[in-house]
Amino acid sequence: MAFSFAAFSYIIALIADAFLIFFAIFHVIAFDELKTDYKNPIDQCNSLNPLVLPEYLLHIIFNLLFLISGEWFSLIINVPMIAYNINRYRTRPVMSGPGLYDPTSIMNADTLTKCQREGWIKLAFYLLSFFYYLYGMIYSLISA
Amino acid sequence: MDPQAGPPPGMPPFSGPARPPMTLPNGQPPWVQQQQFSAPPVNGHHNQQQQQMRPPQSGPYPPPPGVNGPPPFMNGPQKPPPQFQNARPSPVPVDSPNRNSPLMMGTNKDVPGPFSGPPQSQAGFQPRPPITMQQPFPNSQSPFPGQGPPPPGVGSQGPPYLQGGPPRPPLNLGGPMQAPPMGMPPFSGPASPPQAPPGANIQYTSPSGPPSFSNPNQPPTSMPYTSTPSAPPAAPLNQPVAISSANYGSALPTPASYSTPAMHQQTPAPQQQPVAQQAPPMANRYPPQNSAQSPVYPSQQTARSPVFPQPTTKSMDGLTTQMGSMSVTQQGFNRLWGNMETYDLMQMRNILPPTKVEAPRVNLQHSFVDAQNCSPDIFRCTVTKIPETKSILDKSRLPLGILIHPFKDLSQLPVIQCNTIVRCRACRTYINPFVYFIDHRRWKCNICFRVNELPDEFQYDPVSKTYGEPTRRPEVRSATIEFIAPSEYMVRPPQPAVYLFVLEVSRAAVDTGYLKLVCDILLEELDNLPGDSRTQIGFITYDSAIHFYELAEDAQQPHMMVVGDIDDIFLPCPENLLVNLHEDFELVRDLLAELPNKFQGNPEPSSALGAALQASFKLMGSTGGRVTVFQVTLPSLGPGALQPRTSGGSKDASPLLNPAIDFYKRLALECSAQQVAVDLFLLNSQTADLATISGIARFSGGCINHFPDFHAASKLHSEQLTRCFRRYLTRKIGLEAVMRVRCTRGLAIHTFHGNFFVRSTDLLSLPNVSPDSGFGMQLAIEENLSDMQNVCLQAALLYTSSKGERRIRVHTLCLPIASNISEVIASADQQCIVGLLTKMAVDRSQSSSLSDAREAFINVAVDVLSTFRATQNMGGAGSGLLAPHSLRLLPLYIVALLRHPAFRASSNVRIDDRVYAMCQFKSLPLDSLMQSVFPDLYPLHCLTDEGALEIEGKVIPQPPRLHLSAEKLDSRGLFLIDTGDSLIIYVLRNINPALCRVLLGANSFEAIPDVMTELPVLDNQDSERMRAFVNYLKEIKPYPPPLQIIREDSKYRSRFMQYLLEDRSESSLSYYEFLQHLKTQVK
Repeated sequence: MAFSFAAFSYIIALIADAFLIFFAIFHVIAFDELKTDYKNPIDQCNSLNPLVLPEYLLHIIFNLLFLISGEWFSLIINVPMIAYNINRYRTRPVMSGPGLYDPTSIMNADTLTKCQREGWIKLAFYLLSFFYYLYGMIYSLISA
Repeated sequence: MDPQAGPPPGMPPFSGPARPPMTLPNGQPPWVQQQQFSAPPVNGHHNQQQQQMRPPQSGPYPPPPGVNGPPPFMNGPQKPPPQFQNARPSPVPVDSPNRNSPLMMGTNKDVPGPFSGPPQSQAGFQPRPPITMQQPFPNSQSPFPGQGPPPPGVGSQGPPYLQGGPPRPPLNLGGPMQAPPMGMPPFSGPASPPQAPPGANIQYTSPSGPPSFSNPNQPPTSMPYTSTPSAPPAAPLNQPVAISSANYGSALPTPASYSTPAMHQQTPAPQQQPVAQQAPPMANRYPPQNSAQSPVYPSQQTARSPVFPQPTTKSMDGLTTQMGSMSVTQQGFNRLWGNMETYDLMQMRNILPPTKVEAPRVNLQHSFVDAQNCSPDIFRCTVTKIPETKSILDKSRLPLGILIHPFKDLSQLPVIQCNTIVRCRACRTYINPFVYFIDHRRWKCNICFRVNELPDEFQYDPVSKTYGEPTRRPEVRSATIEFIAPSEYMVRPPQPAVYLFVLEVSRAAVDTGYLKLVCDILLEELDNLPGDSRTQIGFITYDSAIHFYELAEDAQQPHMMVVGDIDDIFLPCPENLLVNLHEDFELVRDLLAELPNKFQGNPEPSSALGAALQASFKLMGSTGGRVTVFQVTLPSLGPGALQPRTSGGSKDASPLLNPAIDFYKRLALECSAQQVAVDLFLLNSQTADLATISGIARFSGGCINHFPDFHAASKLHSEQLTRCFRRYLTRKIGLEAVMRVRCTRGLAIHTFHGNFFVRSTDLLSLPNVSPDSGFGMQLAIEENLSDMQNVCLQAALLYTSSKGERRIRVHTLCLPIASNISEVIASADQQCIVGLLTKMAVDRSQSSSLSDAREAFINVAVDVLSTFRATQNMGGAGSGLLAPHSLRLLPLYIVALLRHPAFRASSNVRIDDRVYAMCQFKSLPLDSLMQSVFPDLYPLHCLTDEGALEIEGKVIPQPPRLHLSAEKLDSRGLFLIDTGDSLIIYVLRNINPALCRVLLGANSFEAIPDVMTELPVLDNQDSERMRAFVNYLKEIKPYPPPLQIIREDSKYRSRFMQYLLEDRSESSLSYYEFLQHLKTQVK
């Protein structure tokens, strides 16, 4: 029983992951609202866009911790997600502020379903990884 | 009235006087006055564009005198009402299996036993192909005018017992007997006295039967049965209309009827047919018919029966030999679906019809046959039959979508003012001709299927001034209608028309000389700007600073204020920058007269467009309105400044098709929220990055006009700008508009195309709407539609007119359902498909690349032809390149599209021209769009009066349209090409000097001046004909395009030659080569 750096990174990952789960839930709800006409796309994009970079940042931070502590497996399962995020941000519509969502194109059914699906997949991914990090934390706490 | 179901919420409750008993006695209900069925204040525009009905003194709603052609609902009185009312029984269960008008259902009670039962055994009939009913009568010598549309009311008012049944039979049987008499007695009123025995409502025997509907060509005959049966074949064959009712998927009537004795007489006929494999559907169709009659006319029944089998077999022979290789089912479809001929594109050298390509008709089944569908000019779908499931749509490889031209100038438009606009309480659909009336008090929404109450007011028919028949209301008569909205439809008091003109005055801009031109036109048209006494106007000019003009009422002259701080723009004074046009008319005139001189020789090279737009937004934000921007150079200063972009040598220009910055888009969204629309006139000669700055117009519901290389010294340029701007200033305008498109459950709008901001899944925010803007929407089939007979799409445009009136214009389109691919393909609307494809291709070239978009075009052609080939079950290859009638021009259009500046592969199209062409594709209404894709080429040297139109006493010759190929050019003639925004007359070298003299006033080819922009007025018949035709072409367009006359040896000849789209060019295939390419691809 020792508090190793690996355990520390798992703890941080757990906390960050909890936030990410909330972000993903918010994302899913937001797009659902858009689809059901409850919200104006401009408002919705304004509330979603500021959250995009913090989400990416949180994700990258705990992965850096994994990298430093040598938790390769945890890192590997997250690498595709990082790559996807970077690519997504690289190909975002032209916009001056941070964020991904453009109110003029967001209402296209294709974009809307894509974003909604993205939200669900991310939610599932974060939820599963949450339990994995929990396991990883306990494992690293008791094994060392 | 059902006490529980009061008036819909939000509607003012009914007041006592509206109750019928109180008002009927004197025939003048007191609420009539409010219910102005006429258009309220008429301004010049409305006057021209809509025939409005004003109630003359005598009565509230008499047919308008002097209206040419009464509005659709004015036909009401022609139909005899009384029977109709009689025929209308008490409520019918809402959930009756076939959702026909209860009205029809109701009549069942009149029908003898077997037929009065509810429709049954749908399933039994559904799978059967609706094979050619017309074949039984191939030996037609009858004068039945097959080409014409079927008499109104065919089928729709079919005999009650056929309700819900295969709509086909009434037609075919009806054919011989002249359908109308078949019609329900109520409608055909005079023909069928109400007291006639039930069966007798089939008045086919009576030659006088169809007085109101009948075909003039049909001679009244005393022996209809012998003479008429031969009639129909021609009709259904070429008549898509006939098909309408052939929704064989619908509930069929009363199999019980088959067991009637009469039936047995009939059975032989059907049974012969299985041999020929065509029988089953016929078997299904005839018996109900005949058995239906049999109880009434047994003797005639027998007399009839021989008629059927004979011709049938005959026709069989003929057809089987004709179309040996086609499957029988297919053959049936081809015939049934009207003009479903196949064309071998490789063989057909002249596939282009000489006349205008008409939109295919939408054929609704019987219950709505006489219902007026929305005009195809306003509302069109890429298929006239919606596929039942998504998989059928996918297999047919056709794009599904609609094109709407909602604010089109209309020559007649019913305008209604009433207390409550009747709408569905669940989905807010406006009542329309395609709803189902359950009884006098209730209607079933055709979008969400909710049952709604009718307000009492709706019982009153303003046209005939009668009470108790909701189906005679104009709302239920006309698919395009305008309501004057009560105050619930306003979020704020209707705004006045506010116009702000923002003019660039940098050096380059002043050098073009546009300023004088624009100010002059504006001066002339100030009086004609649409608006009322509240109309406001303002001006801003800009170069590197923003100039405001204070037009204070007490000032002697306009006062100019310059704001140089363009990074943080502010308004120099709080008021008098936008002034009332009428109160300060003189000042505005002074300013306009002064402006051009003021900036003469202005040395300032840069342009702060972004700041000028921000200033406009600040100025207009509180009211909303229209900003008109004239931009000449690339915005180079302040917010929204741009750098010239180059493609960097790469061939793919797609980054240049996308905006460089989002400043203009964001500003447009802010404008849109404040009901400000920005219209852009771009007169650049250097690149101005239209892709970026067009955002300001695209997302604020504005329009874009581009005049490349504009210089006022060029007569052509100045003429074009003058006409375009004049039209722009004087055309109708709808302010603070929103448009919502509702569609029947199961369909959903997928993607929107046009200039607007999409505010929610079906709501477009349009700060301004103009009569020249069109919209497109792609549809998706989300649920199976197979339990429906038709789907409806309703576009409702809520706007504030320039008179400060809130109005709602509602268009409803109803389309039948198709259950197999062949039907869908046969019902395709090629022009509408092209219209939608261009919009999709613009998106594709922006999101992916131009070459992707080009490839997608070719793939569409390949897919469509491959699918068609597959549905044809063609055995063996090598039989040419077959195309259905409905899509025969698609490859031609695609060849033209591939050479259109928007999608041309060559890199010598300037990026702004390309972007402009793309913007136009997104926002043009279909007719202009088609003309720009595939211009019309006419020979002018052989105009005759044959087939000429006659409009207002003038004879306008209609020369045939020619293929756009040099081979069609006769070197001895002259030709006119009409591209929509320009008319070019091309004179060929070997023109007969006599012709030259007669038409152009020049003695020989050489004597024709190099630059001619007008046709000389010569006093001879040929010249008159030509001028009549050219003027006609000018008049049917929103604004008359400039005319150029170009000699074959002129240096401008490429202006004409570039439109010979079917010929080979250095970068593209000719039409024939393209077909050959398609042929190798079509599997």
